[in-house]
Amino acid sequence: MTLSLSAAGLTKIYDGRAVLDGLDFAFQRGKVHAVIGPNGSGKSTLLRLLSLLDPPTRGTVLFLDGEEPAPADISVRRRMAFVFQRPSLFNTTVLKNVEAGLAIRGRPKRERNDVALDALRRVEMEKMADRNGRTLSGGESQRVALARALAVEPEILFLDEPTANLDPHSVRIIGKAIEKLRDGGRTTILLVTHNMFLAQRLADRVVFLFEGRIVEEGEAAAVIERPRDERTWRFLTGELAG
Amino acid sequence: MQEMTSSLVRAFELLLSLDPVLYGIIFLSLQVSGLAVIAAAALGVPAGAGLALVRFPGREAAVSLLNTFMGLPPVVVGLVVYLILSRSGPMGFLGLLYSPTAMVAAQTILAFPIVAALTHAGIASVDPIVKDAIRSLGATTSQAARLVVIEARYAILAAVIAGYGRAAAEVGAVLMVGGNVEGYTRVMTTAIALETSRGDFELALALGIVLLFLSLVVNLALRAVQKRGALVR
Ligand SMILES: Nc1ncnc2c1ncn2[C@@H]1O[C@H](COP(=O)(O)OP(=O)(O)OP(=O)(O)O)[C@@H](O)[C@H]1O
Ligand SMILES: [Mg+2]
Repeated sequence: MTLSLSAAGLTKIYDGRAVLDGLDFAFQRGKVHAVIGPNGSGKSTLLRLLSLLDPPTRGTVLFLDGEEPAPADISVRRRMAFVFQRPSLFNTTVLKNVEAGLAIRGRPKRERNDVALDALRRVEMEKMADRNGRTLSGGESQRVALARALAVEPEILFLDEPTANLDPHSVRIIGKAIEKLRDGGRTTILLVTHNMFLAQRLADRVVFLFEGRIVEEGEAAAVIERPRDERTWRFLTGELAG
Repeated sequence: MQEMTSSLVRAFELLLSLDPVLYGIIFLSLQVSGLAVIAAAALGVPAGAGLALVRFPGREAAVSLLNTFMGLPPVVVGLVVYLILSRSGPMGFLGLLYSPTAMVAAQTILAFPIVAALTHAGIASVDPIVKDAIRSLGATTSQAARLVVIEARYAILAAVIAGYGRAAAEVGAVLMVGGNVEGYTRVMTTAIALETSRGDFELALALGIVLLFLSLVVNLALRAVQKRGALVR
């Protein structure tokens, strides 16, 4: 049974300000959730709390393994992966970058190599396996970062604007890789994006975050084409400031 | 000017003739500074890494202290090591004063803060997003520490090379604790100081050339290492 993820009263306070304000939400197992919202609405903060990178000020992140609660520890962290908003590759070869999560899990060298090359093929980066990760372009770098996340076969995958600043070709490759993962149906995906076309194409659900609260949530096409909340509407038409 | 030119010519003749006295001094210098930098690295890299990776009360103060000690005046180090090793000092019974071991000790003390402080700076300046990436891949605390150190490997190597540069160029401390005994504790810097004061420039110049050359090698290595560490798209 794959892991499921929910937030209960999740709150993060920075400098006396609630950046996330008592979020309650259950993400659907195996679905793609597009998290949308203005700059500064708390999307990255939400992903960082859910992925256990940062601790909440109040509230909890809950994991269920089937019906059983799973403790939020290293074993749960090893069932998740994260692609960051900024390039985050290590100063080593592309191949070693993609092998990193597997090495951390103590997987044997041969297997690591095979799995990493397979992950690189999924983002069409296998030809650059021997390049240093830090010499790649922004788009290449994000594709490798996605491969690094895919290599560990996460049950929950966090993608924080993985296609920001990328050209259409890289966006298409990343989109295709996410699509394939979605069709596999075994990975819960949280995709933060400002690209509404991408959100509509990839997401099953859309979560609209505004000022640290979930204002609207629902089926992707419904929220994007026929939002119920006026703020969602104004956000989508570019009239809502953060 | 003429004197300088002829000294220079004879300096090169000395270098080319593989003069045993000259090469004895060069070899001892490499040995003393090499051992000192190995000791400084063995102590300084873990110390710098610990300061960068482990949170404990007084950490900030320790870093400031280390940064201050980067500029330790060699004569002060010489004085302290001298007092410790002198016959009436706490470790006088070892009889190490005026020995190469005493020189290694002095140079280790000089190089240690450099190695430790630069190691600390290198590890502390690893991009936070890289640290996040390591954690997001499921690393335990100790795995994460190891991976961050690996990520900073070029900065750490640069720290060790800088430590060697400091040890090899120094004259005050080794003169005080080594005594500049010919064939025993005379190294390049102390030999240059002595020969110059005697007005005997050819050996001094020959050693100066070697010292400059070594310094060039050290700097080239440093630049190459720093470039590898700073690879950016
Ligand atoms: N470490 C921090 N310290 C202080 N404030 C922070 C910190 N991290 C985030 N914030 C603040 O929290 C708010 C939400 O930030 P967050 O990065 O989650 O927004 P976002 O929705 O991801 O925005 P964007 O679309 O620009 O990426 C912002 O006002 C930001 O300044
Ligand atoms: Mg963000």
